[in-house]
Amino acid sequence: MAINTDQLLDSARRLRAEVGDNIHDRLTASIYAEAEQIASRAVTQSGQRSRFDFDRTLDRILTSKTWGFPAMFVLLMGVFWLTIAGANIPSQMLSTLLLDWGYAWLHQLAATLNAPAWLSGLLIDGVYMATAWVIAVMLPPMAIFFPLFTLLEDFGYLPRVAFNLDRLFHRAGAHGKQALTMVMGYGCNAAGVVATRIIESPRERLIAIITNNFSICNGRWPTLILMGTIFIGAAAPPFLASFVAAGSVVAVALLGVVVTLLVSAFLSRTWLKGETSTFSLELPPYRPPRVWQTIYTSIIDRTLIVLWRAITMAAPAGAVIWLSSNIYIGDMSIAGRMVSLLNPLGLLIGLNGVILFAYIVAIPANEIVVPTILMLTMTVGTHITGAQPGVMLELDDAQIHTILTQVGGWTLLTAMNLMLFSLLHNPCSTTILTIWNETKNRKWTAVATLLPLGLAFTVTFITASVARLLGWV
Amino acid sequence: MSVDNAVTQPTTSIAAGCATCPMYNGAQLTRLGINMTDWDFVVALAGNPNTGKSTVFNALTGLRQHTGNWPGKTVVRAEGGFLYGDKRYKLVDLPGTYSLLSTSVDEEVARDFILFGQPTVTVVIVDATRLERNLNLALQVLEITDRVVIGLNLMDEAKRHGLQVDDRRLARDLGAPVVPMAARQGEGVQALLKAIHEVATGACAPRPRRINHRDPQLESAVAQLVRQIEFAFPGLPNARWVALRLLDGDESIERAVRDGTLGQLTQTVAPQPAPTIHLELEAVN
Repeated sequence: MAINTDQLLDSARRLRAEVGDNIHDRLTASIYAEAEQIASRAVTQSGQRSRFDFDRTLDRILTSKTWGFPAMFVLLMGVFWLTIAGANIPSQMLSTLLLDWGYAWLHQLAATLNAPAWLSGLLIDGVYMATAWVIAVMLPPMAIFFPLFTLLEDFGYLPRVAFNLDRLFHRAGAHGKQALTMVMGYGCNAAGVVATRIIESPRERLIAIITNNFSICNGRWPTLILMGTIFIGAAAPPFLASFVAAGSVVAVALLGVVVTLLVSAFLSRTWLKGETSTFSLELPPYRPPRVWQTIYTSIIDRTLIVLWRAITMAAPAGAVIWLSSNIYIGDMSIAGRMVSLLNPLGLLIGLNGVILFAYIVAIPANEIVVPTILMLTMTVGTHITGAQPGVMLELDDAQIHTILTQVGGWTLLTAMNLMLFSLLHNPCSTTILTIWNETKNRKWTAVATLLPLGLAFTVTFITASVARLLGWV
Repeated sequence: MSVDNAVTQPTTSIAAGCATCPMYNGAQLTRLGINMTDWDFVVALAGNPNTGKSTVFNALTGLRQHTGNWPGKTVVRAEGGFLYGDKRYKLVDLPGTYSLLSTSVDEEVARDFILFGQPTVTVVIVDATRLERNLNLALQVLEITDRVVIGLNLMDEAKRHGLQVDDRRLARDLGAPVVPMAARQGEGVQALLKAIHEVATGACAPRPRRINHRDPQLESAVAQLVRQIEFAFPGLPNARWVALRLLDGDESIERAVRDGTLGQLTQTVAPQPAPTIHLELEAVN
């Protein structure tokens, strides 16, 4: 058997030399010829080509050199404006329901059951509060954002985005398909990293994997939307608020594209030098989206799955937060100690200790950053700032704003830098694990984790320093 | 999911009338989702990117794998099951590829499954509006395996574009059953099931057309090599294709020859159960 296979491979090699070296091209050519022949016999064209013309006209605008990017900007603005303007009222209703009524009711229940204080604290103030906050903060924007995004996707717009960006990626020394994996990352970075399998060259694939982090994922959209709404939008006149808020989120998303291109260019000129591959991208026909089905499946498949993931992460995180702020070492809780330890570093980059500690707690899932920040600000933030500990549970946007500015000592810079930090910082643990699975390489997994983190610290340090120099804070 | 409650109950009198008609075979389909512990047949779903494979996959399994209007959406294979007649089928949705000749990971996943996964039937979904380019892949699949069903999808779009596609002519030229479909509207799904069933049970045995390379030198080299391959691996179902790959210097096929993976294809082994289901990742995005 072994002799047979060796002989076989030898004679294959010999025959290959006899036949000539362009076998691959000849094989491909005959397959094409055959396909052409069969297709021409089976297909007849009749009537006008009106549908092709419609697609072509639309593409002339959406992928034009002049109008492609403005059109992209307008579409993104539209999506975020609808999300921000539409999420406001349901968000308030959910907060009233879950955080005001639900919280009070559970405490009453605990009182009638004579539950010990540590148990009701752990379960209600810890686990329940974290979970309720995740739902109140995340559900409404996601229930609007995901269906809208999916409708754009169904319509066939995403490959046009890739087409528009292709030239830029090429100039950055990266593969044009990276635009597709980047778009995939807007859902989930772990999925975006898996999607880089469509890139053949290992060099360009690594670039795509490392930079996928700068596509804002499901877990980070709510942070940006909330910060944009309650800080950036609130700083503008009321009739412009939702536009300014949407604009700030779009600006961060576009900054993510710029950072992706810059980091790709940096990598392809330093550690990952090499040729840029060419490829052909098929622009699929525009298809009228099936609206109701899309809304249904995107709510079931995306919104609820992402929300469920957030809840399963938030529940243990809530317990960790409650325990760490109620177990004391000396005169200070563990969380208090961590926060004061991190506070100088946090302030240096225009954030604070609570935010950095929240990012450590939220390594498994970015979804829980904002709820963690809120809980920590209300439990340990008061020790740092010296303000009165307030039990403010009914949380609409204005009240979140009040808590963060008065108890947490936040400024506009804190919110802006949190948005930047959220865009740039390290990927979540699921994504890091996926990067390891895809590369099986410790070095590149470390680069993909630490390069964004370093970038996040550098950029926020620069903006904070500039703001301080100019006397803004 | 229990098998009984998944069967759609006809509600109107017209539907009731249809259900008793011998032409109607909708009631024979039970979608099993990812519940597919024992199966009788394995069906692979191949095709160019963005031709509606995932739509067909969802229609057959009842799963709601997210479908997107852009190429390259499925990079890992998704699996699901359905019951048709009295047979249980496992359906594997392969990444969309233009060819099986190249070296990217998604093409290798698709090729390796069709070759080494030994599916009972391979369904190739082709886009009726871009038939020529889609046939490149279909012809390559027909080189690897005989048991192929062609799903001629997007017939509705072809019609809107003023294209007439002669499915019977196509079936005759390819030597394999061709099912015209508009999967997004659910048209042709029943006919596809019937064709899959017939090929799986052997009621229909496609005799596919092999590509003639019109190159005497190449053909004689292939013939020589086929003789040696058949000697080394008696009973190998696709010796001609393996010969072409070896002549082309395909490293992964050379490896399969060397380590004996190719030799396993000579026995009719039951398909290996797939290790993991990757649905979770796809559902999130």
